[in-house]
Amino acid sequence: MKKTLRYLRPYGGTVVAGLILKFIGAVAELFLPLLLEYIINDVATNAALSHDNKINMIIFLGIAMLGCSFAALFGNVFANRLTVKSSGNMTHDLRYDLFKKTCYLSSRQVDEFGVPSLISRLTSDSYYVNQMVARTLRLGVRAPILILGGTILAFWRDPVLACVLLGCVPLVGVAIFVITKKSVPIYFGVQKRQDDMVRKVQENVTGVRVIKALDKGEYETERFDALVKDLAAEEFKANKIMSLSHPVATLILNLGLVAIIAAGAALGSKSGTVLAFLQYFVIILNAMIALSKIFVVISRGSASAARIEKVLDTDVSETTESSQKRNTGYKIQFENVSFSYNGVKDNLHDIDFGIYAGQTLGIIGATGSGKSTIINLMMRFYDPDGGAVYVDDVNVKSYRVKELRKKFGVAFQNDFLMADTLKENIDYGRDLDDEMINKAIISARASEFIDALPDKLEHRLAQKANNLSGGQKQRILIARALAAHPEILILDDSSSALDYETDAALRRSLKKDYDDITKVIVAQRISAIKNADLILVMDDGEIIGRGKHDELMASCEEYAMIYATQMGGDNA
Amino acid sequence: MPEQRINISDTRNIKGKKVDKKFVLLNLLKYLRPFIPLLCLVLFFNVVSTVLSLVGPKLCGLAIDEIKPGGGTDFDKILLYALILIGVYILSALLEYLSSIGMAYISRGTVKKMRSDLFAHLEKLPVGFFDVRQAGDIISVLSYDIDTVGESLANDVIIVLKSVVLIIGSLVMMLTIAPLLVLVFAVTVPLSVIMTRFIVRRVQPLFRARSAKLGQLNGYVEEITTGQKTTRAYGCEEKMIADFEVKNRDAIDAYSKAEYYGTISGPSVGLVNNISLTLVSVFGALMFMNGSISPGQISSFILYSRKFSGPINEIANIMGEFQSAIAAAERVFRVLEEPPEPSDPIDARELKDVRGNVKIEDLTFGYDKKKTIIHDLSLSVEQGQVVAIVGHTGAGKTTIINLLMRFYDPDGGKIYIDGQDTRTLTRASVRRAFTMVLQDTWLFAGTVFENIAYGDPDVDREDVERVCKAAKIHSFITRLPNGYDTVLNENAVNISKGQKQLLTIARAMLLDSPMLILDEATSNVDTRTEQIIQDAMKELMKGKTCFVIAHRLSTIRNADKILVMRDGDVVEQGTHESLMRLGGYYSKLYYSQFESE
Repeated sequence: MKKTLRYLRPYGGTVVAGLILKFIGAVAELFLPLLLEYIINDVATNAALSHDNKINMIIFLGIAMLGCSFAALFGNVFANRLTVKSSGNMTHDLRYDLFKKTCYLSSRQVDEFGVPSLISRLTSDSYYVNQMVARTLRLGVRAPILILGGTILAFWRDPVLACVLLGCVPLVGVAIFVITKKSVPIYFGVQKRQDDMVRKVQENVTGVRVIKALDKGEYETERFDALVKDLAAEEFKANKIMSLSHPVATLILNLGLVAIIAAGAALGSKSGTVLAFLQYFVIILNAMIALSKIFVVISRGSASAARIEKVLDTDVSETTESSQKRNTGYKIQFENVSFSYNGVKDNLHDIDFGIYAGQTLGIIGATGSGKSTIINLMMRFYDPDGGAVYVDDVNVKSYRVKELRKKFGVAFQNDFLMADTLKENIDYGRDLDDEMINKAIISARASEFIDALPDKLEHRLAQKANNLSGGQKQRILIARALAAHPEILILDDSSSALDYETDAALRRSLKKDYDDITKVIVAQRISAIKNADLILVMDDGEIIGRGKHDELMASCEEYAMIYATQMGGDNA
Repeated sequence: MPEQRINISDTRNIKGKKVDKKFVLLNLLKYLRPFIPLLCLVLFFNVVSTVLSLVGPKLCGLAIDEIKPGGGTDFDKILLYALILIGVYILSALLEYLSSIGMAYISRGTVKKMRSDLFAHLEKLPVGFFDVRQAGDIISVLSYDIDTVGESLANDVIIVLKSVVLIIGSLVMMLTIAPLLVLVFAVTVPLSVIMTRFIVRRVQPLFRARSAKLGQLNGYVEEITTGQKTTRAYGCEEKMIADFEVKNRDAIDAYSKAEYYGTISGPSVGLVNNISLTLVSVFGALMFMNGSISPGQISSFILYSRKFSGPINEIANIMGEFQSAIAAAERVFRVLEEPPEPSDPIDARELKDVRGNVKIEDLTFGYDKKKTIIHDLSLSVEQGQVVAIVGHTGAGKTTIINLLMRFYDPDGGKIYIDGQDTRTLTRASVRRAFTMVLQDTWLFAGTVFENIAYGDPDVDREDVERVCKAAKIHSFITRLPNGYDTVLNENAVNISKGQKQLLTIARAMLLDSPMLILDEATSNVDTRTEQIIQDAMKELMKGKTCFVIAHRLSTIRNADKILVMRDGDVVEQGTHESLMRLGGYYSKLYYSQFESE
């Protein structure tokens, strides 16, 4: 919370000016009942004053009241503007730093937070912090001033009546507290049933074909009806409790009014005083209600602030170790590498291989066998637990991360495309010249469909590139990986949605136009890696077969089995 | 699969921007009809409670007037007033509570009925409805939109009625106390109405812009954070941060602008109220000097004036909520208006004792009526034969299945099963003649047993275990925490894609229909599981007429018929040998797919 609030510091002047204006506005409002009381008690009913005097004074006091009204307006409006300005700017700065930090988090740190959680920190949490600051500055100051001022004035006018007034206030507070407390578990129940209902609908929408095929529509409808009935009953239960709050609060307020009148009568108070008290009473109670709402905002906002600070406090500075350049001649080399994501079970165990510049490395194996993990270590998204990874004979830990990654062009599995133009997606902020981009597009076999688009490369992608087919997405991703003509090309299962024809053509053009590039191809399909200079067969984090295709067919049972299933089962 | 996508809320824009209020209100009324007696009672309670709360200030005023500081205060009278006041307030609070839970009851009942109706209707809609809409869209109509309608019903109706009663009632009361003083409101009420309208008109587009910009920012954040690794791989963090900065600034600017104006409304309303208070005090004091009003009356008048000006602003706020409730209700009713699957003809027969001969004659079809994709397809399949459907992703292989299952009806031509035109048969019986095993395995939140027995509620545990053994998934199930009674849901059980597929195969085996529709694609499954699945499928296919979306060479080569799909249409058909001899598209496809370059 502290760190988050520090973001307000640059706008301290604005904040303070806002608070002062707010104070003036609130005080002006408190003066109104005071003046009203004065008019009735001390002027209108004062026998000592002459008729003309009275009229003059009443008009004068009326003008004073008007003045207070306008002072309240301007104080509040300008104070609000200042608070909007400071809370807006503060949110901007906070979000900027948070986003920047998120961009530079290491993969391990991203894993620790989780992507959905990072997104919600950037979106909803920053929103809640904004709400907290804005609301607190706007109402959090006003309400206490009104309560405090109202109480002071009340005591000043009549201490005994003020005690009656003070007696009612906690009652309302307790009532609201009890009702809210009772309703919270019920709302959890409502939420759970709501989730059940949504899940049922989701199931039915995705499984529409199965349900129709089995003619289960009526059965599903019955089950849904039961859920909905349950939900409605639970919601009604919540309603029954929450509907109490307004009648109970007004009842206490009204009974308080009666009490004040009765006490006023018993104490022989002036009628003007009683009248003014009624006004204070309303002001204080309204302020109380506003304050109770702010507490909710603050408790939510401070939880959000804590979540944001956790990210901001993460250290993203990179470590580079100096090491000797070696002399093996390998472009990429893994030396007895072991690695685990969670530190419990090895995801890679004793991985050892090397390839020369211009060669192709193929990696095949089941999901979860460690293929993508090899890529992660190669590009230093993670550091190995044992052994070492070398690129150009230099330990990857000795590179500046940026320099290391500059050597690579990569298309990850299910990689992402931005809601931007095709060109931006391929260029990706690297300011590549058109020639390179075009060459990459042609080689990635993307030119055919891009040319068919009315606005070609300026075509805008929808969110998550939903307006492209799976194959089109992959072709754009491959073009992006190729565009800067990297030293090493990595395709992590990125041609799976291409039909075999296109996939084969892609491999041909890679050979023709990008022959000098070292290629690492991760695939499920044998046809994609069949011609690689070195194929690694992965199983459960270990290399269980290595060599060229023909060698593996003879030496690796697993590989031969994959081949058999893919290329024609028992008949092939 | 049809290409076009429809957004449910878009229908409004296609049919013209204006919400058809009459249509919506008439439909809503239908839902409210059963509650009309209760509704009347609730409204009556509400009016009485509001009127009672209006009596309060008057009595307060009378009581205050009895206070005579100099002495001579009539305590008995004040006590009486106090007791009456207490009674009035308690009764008013009680009635208010009753009316609000009554209204909650009505709104929950309406919501429940609406949800049931909408869901039942969804179950009757053709598959095409779901193919062109996002699941999230449909869900949001069923949950969020109906909730909006319900909330509006529960709160807004009462508030509006109450406000109207308050406005009229307090006006009447003020008139009885001091008609002249009421003139004050001739100034302040129009002032407040004009001001509120002005602000609302200014602010609404600003708030819309604010949410739009925030939405854009959040969309960007979601996108970039998801692709954070790629950004790091290409080292273009700075560009992303710079892009973010533009969107961040925009969002904050839009926020500030909206809030600048938005936060004016509170103090402005306050100003008008304070002006009323000032005017009432000044004129009240002057009238007091004339002797035409007492201090107690001034006090009552001020209390009424607060009750009077509050609701006017409240009604203005509620109008906005009504708008969104009506828009939400409209989306609900639009879905309810969607034409369901046409019902079977009256003389439709049940398809019984199916042998599995399928004949297709001159079939034409297009998802878009204007764009025919399947032209004059004819095909004849004998009982027990295997038909392989081959082609690229997106070539339209599922179209054939959609037509066989009657998820879509053909535009021309006929499909016969055992010599009977499927259009003269009931849909349910045609569908039951087939069993589908699709690539998207569908399991629901329920026990393993329920999931497998889904197609046939009468089967017992033994049957289920038998098919699970045949599908080679039995031993996996017995190792689950509760065996066949383990509840499957997203988080609870770690179940792999391949195992899911085996469960659906078991489900299919249990149904034992004479005809089978299979999708062979088993991506992202490890080799061993793949082998098991393949064995299970072979077991399943025994002796059945099979339509297979084929990915394996063995299936294709052994198929009795091959349908070759390209760009939505069937371009070639025949056996493997005949198609290879033809040397057309199939042979090209075959070479590129199974031979290396």
